[in-house]
Amino acid sequence: MSEVRLVNVNKVFQGKTPLKKAWFEFWRPGHTPSEVHVVKNANLQIKDGEFLVLVGPSGCGKSTTLRMIAGLEEASSGDIFIGERRVNDVSPKDRDIAMVFQNYALYPHMNVYENMAFGLRLRKFAPDEIDKRVKNAAELLSIAHLLQRKPKELSGGQRQRVAMGRAIVRRPQVYLMDEPLSNLDAKLRVQMRAELQKLHRTLGVTTVYVTHDQVEAMTLGDRIVLMKDGVIQQMDTPLALYEHPANKYVAGFIGSPGMNFFPGKLAQNDGRIEVVASGFTLEVPAERRDGLESAVGTEVVLGMRAQDIHESTFPSDGPASAVSATVEVVEPLGSEIYLYAASGQDQFVARVDAHSVVRVGETVQLLFDTRKMHLFAASTEQSLLRAPQPEPARA
Amino acid sequence: MQGRTEARIAWFFLLPSLVIILTMALLPILRSFYLSFFLKDLAVPQLGQPFVGLDNYLYILRDSRFWAALGNTFGFTFVSVLLETGLGLLLALMLNRAFTGRGLARAAILIPWAVPTVVSAQMWRWIYNDKVGVLNDLCLRLGVFTQPFPWLASIDTARAAIVVADVWKTTPFMALMLLAGLQMIDTSLYEAADVDGATAWQQFRHITLPLLTPVMTVAVLFRTLDAFRIFDLVYVLTSGAFGTETLSVLTADVTFKFNDYGQGSAYAVIMFGCIVAISYTFIKLLGADPNAEER
Repeated sequence: MSEVRLVNVNKVFQGKTPLKKAWFEFWRPGHTPSEVHVVKNANLQIKDGEFLVLVGPSGCGKSTTLRMIAGLEEASSGDIFIGERRVNDVSPKDRDIAMVFQNYALYPHMNVYENMAFGLRLRKFAPDEIDKRVKNAAELLSIAHLLQRKPKELSGGQRQRVAMGRAIVRRPQVYLMDEPLSNLDAKLRVQMRAELQKLHRTLGVTTVYVTHDQVEAMTLGDRIVLMKDGVIQQMDTPLALYEHPANKYVAGFIGSPGMNFFPGKLAQNDGRIEVVASGFTLEVPAERRDGLESAVGTEVVLGMRAQDIHESTFPSDGPASAVSATVEVVEPLGSEIYLYAASGQDQFVARVDAHSVVRVGETVQLLFDTRKMHLFAASTEQSLLRAPQPEPARA
Repeated sequence: MQGRTEARIAWFFLLPSLVIILTMALLPILRSFYLSFFLKDLAVPQLGQPFVGLDNYLYILRDSRFWAALGNTFGFTFVSVLLETGLGLLLALMLNRAFTGRGLARAAILIPWAVPTVVSAQMWRWIYNDKVGVLNDLCLRLGVFTQPFPWLASIDTARAAIVVADVWKTTPFMALMLLAGLQMIDTSLYEAADVDGATAWQQFRHITLPLLTPVMTVAVLFRTLDAFRIFDLVYVLTSGAFGTETLSVLTADVTFKFNDYGQGSAYAVIMFGCIVAISYTFIKLLGADPNAEER
């Protein structure tokens, strides 16, 4: 167990080797594939025993970052530390890490036992020690009855466990997991998610986990690193990411359904600061006005989560501004109802009480809980609100 | 009702290939089998075609020329397939790495395989020629010997010459088969092994080799059957002289040179038996059944 640090790490994929480049240049001048900068100046500090989730859309560089920690990809520049040791020039086998691959990468010709024992055998562990560790891990993952099976005789979930087992028996300093649950069906994924959480609590080993699924990130991570286009957008606890997204991208990525965005303008009126959207005007509550004066007059984007928009017949406590909107679609989910509504040019989703009787086509008053509002500069998409702030005292 | 219609359509579509298999493969085999029990010597047609039972076979089994040819054939098959597999694996491993001009190399490597054997055999005959051959020329210039050496006219070198020519021609086939096998192996297995702590050699030994075995077995089976029937190369290079006669050459000799169709057929049947035995052994002992080791 130990911490992992990335300092100014970059990864540039050379489109082609120099020789190949010359070859291309010779045959198709001007068509030389250019290099791709997939990870840009990544700085990370993963604490000892922490479960850190790298999340982002595909192609954001999260897997590459993980593979650089593993040593499967070489960092183009920057330093990677595991514990006190700089590991840039250390081969994967000597980094004291274990990795779980998206497709599990189980050795097809070996049975479950051999798959788990392989790494230990290569490291010249004593046979009885290997046996003990493999059986312990198998017990922990409830696959003890499968030890003699070949991978092709296992279900997806079982293979996933074997892949985990192969990592566990090694007792490394760091676990690296590359979308380990993405090949499972939805139900199994939820179940394995819970087991992973339990496992991490039992083992307490530093874990770096890559996923594109924000729900996985939110539920598993002690902290989340959200990446986009090779750049770290925000690194914080799940709750902080949810409540204080640093920019519009983070705000839209985290949370389901996605945050509603309303383009508008920030205006000052009678000492109040208001957001003027196409269909309504909202006042920014006093506790969120800090530092907003300088942005008055600029284009902004208002962000409201569906669960912070209430029906006027089922109001929540606290200050809220009413917005009238036309209901376009009603989606009853049993425990709640999603209203797809339109106000002015903007369409948005509100999550309302399951007992709501709103019908399609109706115009309703929806209450926007302005304490939970988010404001982003239209030009930079960065958050305009001071975050993180101490939670305002509830009324 | 519909099942029957479908079956009829299936038969209809299968018919052309069935006819071809029957007339081109099965009939000749049966005919050879039949002829092998008769005396049918076109050199002495007045004898007619009397039934002689197993005489043709008994004669062959007592003939030292047969045993020599059988030994040659097995020896040639073993040595050349072994060399081809080894070299083919080496080439495949090299071609499986990314390097500049790999596509070109892959295409170029197939050239020996694409050239008809008779043509390449003729080429090798010139290379080995004792007076004007390139090989002798090189050896003389490099001072290996002072006298040109008749490569195809002494037992050891003639055999080696045939093996070399065959290995040159068929290694590409092996390399290509094995390359296809290598490319079926998931690269993440190597990454997992990397993390697990396997060295390059251990990865080859514990991952590449076991996972390549099914493909390799099939490739070796193909090549073994092919090598066992070798005819054209031997025929062009030595015509079977200097201890290079193989079963195919002997069979052709007896049949078409001596016009002894009865005994020639017996030879053909013996070869057929050998090939069936080889295939059976492979499939049984080595598990060459391509469906057995699906991944």
